[in-house]
Amino acid sequence: MSSQADRSGEAAADIIVARDVHKWFGQLHVLRGIDLTVKVGEVVVIFGASGSGKSTFIRTINRLEEHQRGEIFVDGIELSNDVRNIAAVRSEIGMVFQSFNLFPHLTAMENVTLAPIRVRKSPRERAEQLAMELLNRVGIPEQAHKYPAQLSGGQQQRVAIARALAMQPKIMLFDEPTSALDPEMISEVLDVMKELALSGMTMICVTHEMGFARAVADRMVFFDQGLIVEQGPPSQIFGNPQHERTVQFLSQILH
Amino acid sequence: MTPSTAPAAPDLPPPIGIVGPIGWLRQNLFSSPASSLVTLVMGAVLALVAFELGRWAFSEARWGVVTANFRLFLIGQYPMEAAWRLWLSLFVVSTLAGLSAGTAGGTIRTLATWLAAGQALLAGLAFLSELGPVVSGALLVNAVVLWVAFFLKLGRFVPRPALTWAWLLSIPVSAVLLAGVGGTPLEPVSTNLWGGLLLTFLLALVGILLSFPFGVLLALGRRSSLPAVRLLSTAYIELIRAVPLVTVLFMASIMLPLFLPGEIRIDRVLRAMGGITLFSAAYVAENVRGGLQAIPSGQIEAAQALGLSTYRMNRHIVLPQALRSVIPANVGLFISLLKDTTLVYILGLLEILGIGRAVLAQSQWFGAQMEVYAFVAAVFFVLCYTMSQASYRLEEALGVGQR
Repeated sequence: MSSQADRSGEAAADIIVARDVHKWFGQLHVLRGIDLTVKVGEVVVIFGASGSGKSTFIRTINRLEEHQRGEIFVDGIELSNDVRNIAAVRSEIGMVFQSFNLFPHLTAMENVTLAPIRVRKSPRERAEQLAMELLNRVGIPEQAHKYPAQLSGGQQQRVAIARALAMQPKIMLFDEPTSALDPEMISEVLDVMKELALSGMTMICVTHEMGFARAVADRMVFFDQGLIVEQGPPSQIFGNPQHERTVQFLSQILH
Repeated sequence: MTPSTAPAAPDLPPPIGIVGPIGWLRQNLFSSPASSLVTLVMGAVLALVAFELGRWAFSEARWGVVTANFRLFLIGQYPMEAAWRLWLSLFVVSTLAGLSAGTAGGTIRTLATWLAAGQALLAGLAFLSELGPVVSGALLVNAVVLWVAFFLKLGRFVPRPALTWAWLLSIPVSAVLLAGVGGTPLEPVSTNLWGGLLLTFLLALVGILLSFPFGVLLALGRRSSLPAVRLLSTAYIELIRAVPLVTVLFMASIMLPLFLPGEIRIDRVLRAMGGITLFSAAYVAENVRGGLQAIPSGQIEAAQALGLSTYRMNRHIVLPQALRSVIPANVGLFISLLKDTTLVYILGLLEILGIGRAVLAQSQWFGAQMEVYAFVAAVFFVLCYTMSQASYRLEEALGVGQR
């Protein structure tokens, strides 16, 4: 990979490299050539109108969606049709969904320990110990033995974050993690995400929580109609947006 | 100053006629003149039917047809000198059921309770019949052993894996006991001689135990991403569902021997088991497919994002959710499978209904249809009712519909 060599002078290495990524849903051209590079420890916030391809793009990073042109490297592994590569990439990436997607037939604890036990083959006791630490970290150790249906939306999303962290990923993807939450529960999830960002986790978040973006994002990326129209640090995006569509979109969601 | 409350009116007992048995009668049976009339007429009809049935059952009916042929109803023509092997096999199963039931959930308890009650009932009938006190005693011992192990929770002292292995081992052990092995003290008993309740029970049990996993595999196959697997599964399911069970059994009995080389003979009972299993699996598959379709795609995405392989995902995420939602449908299917085992008369096998017909062909029991069919119906009722009760327990345990 040449890009890593090119940037060898810089402190952090590239962990996600996407070049000219295209994706079609049938006839619909949803990603029209995305180029994005993310460094280790970087927190990237992706925003844009619905249908702009932002969710589809982050889902191509762990192959929940297949891209049809271009290339994506995660930690030096190319996402191709090779099942082993897909498995390797997925083991480095944790994902949090808009609708939580907790497993309803398992308790919070079982949700968190399932993958460590079944995929990483970690002994049950170790997995449960790690799970308790993570549930502590997201602030709900007392809910460990409840089922998802017994938890509030904010609690469920925090269990989902703990579940993703249990695989000790190098990268976390957040796909609109607060969009399905009642307003009073948004902050408890954002607090967990902020703590995670400050701890040095590499994160890509699709979100419209501009306060969160301003506080922790290293870079903001604006998607429009399947393309990256503008990107830059929050200070630039909020203070001096370059593109007309960015200005328009920000004015819509900030007022 | 403490605020004083107004003196409460004392609680009066409700007037007679709105609570208690009288209240219930008034509300449900005599709420209006028309309702009272219907109650009286229906009550009279019911009383008449019950009286006539009772009079027939206790004075006219020749129940001797059941007791005199009880051996046939129970085990067909299975030789009496080898019958101890059946009771021994039942003993093994009863012991394991008792051990499991003491420590397990409601489903196994229900099944074990009925297994004990059923054997006690059969022991009673055997005592009255030509089988006599020895067989009756053996069955009673099984029932008692089961109850004792159940109530004293003897399962506590047996490690769970050992019990699981014992259950798995009980299948080949029972098969060897029943069929026997040539050249050993366990003389082979030709399956032609198996019959009655023994055969009904075996056909249903094997059909249920084998068609369930096969059906689940077919349902997964039908949703596979591999086109060949998907096509084959779909073709199989559609083909079988387009054909009546009678036809499948005909195929098994007449066509199969034509396709196989002359020296290979598949036993008739095995052919019946195969036919029933293959038939039932297609229906299980369609039930399970319904459950699979109800799983939101987010569940699968979450499992994939965690790095679970397809096998792990199906095993731990998809199937546990899909299967619990299709329990009622599957139990319904298995109940009809049990009743459909009567169709094996096509293969010349005499399960309990077939035995009934054979018994009626004896000249001394000419005209005892009512008694024979009432007995056979009662046996089927007990078996089917057991299954449906066990399924309710299973639903409760798995929390169907209260997720």
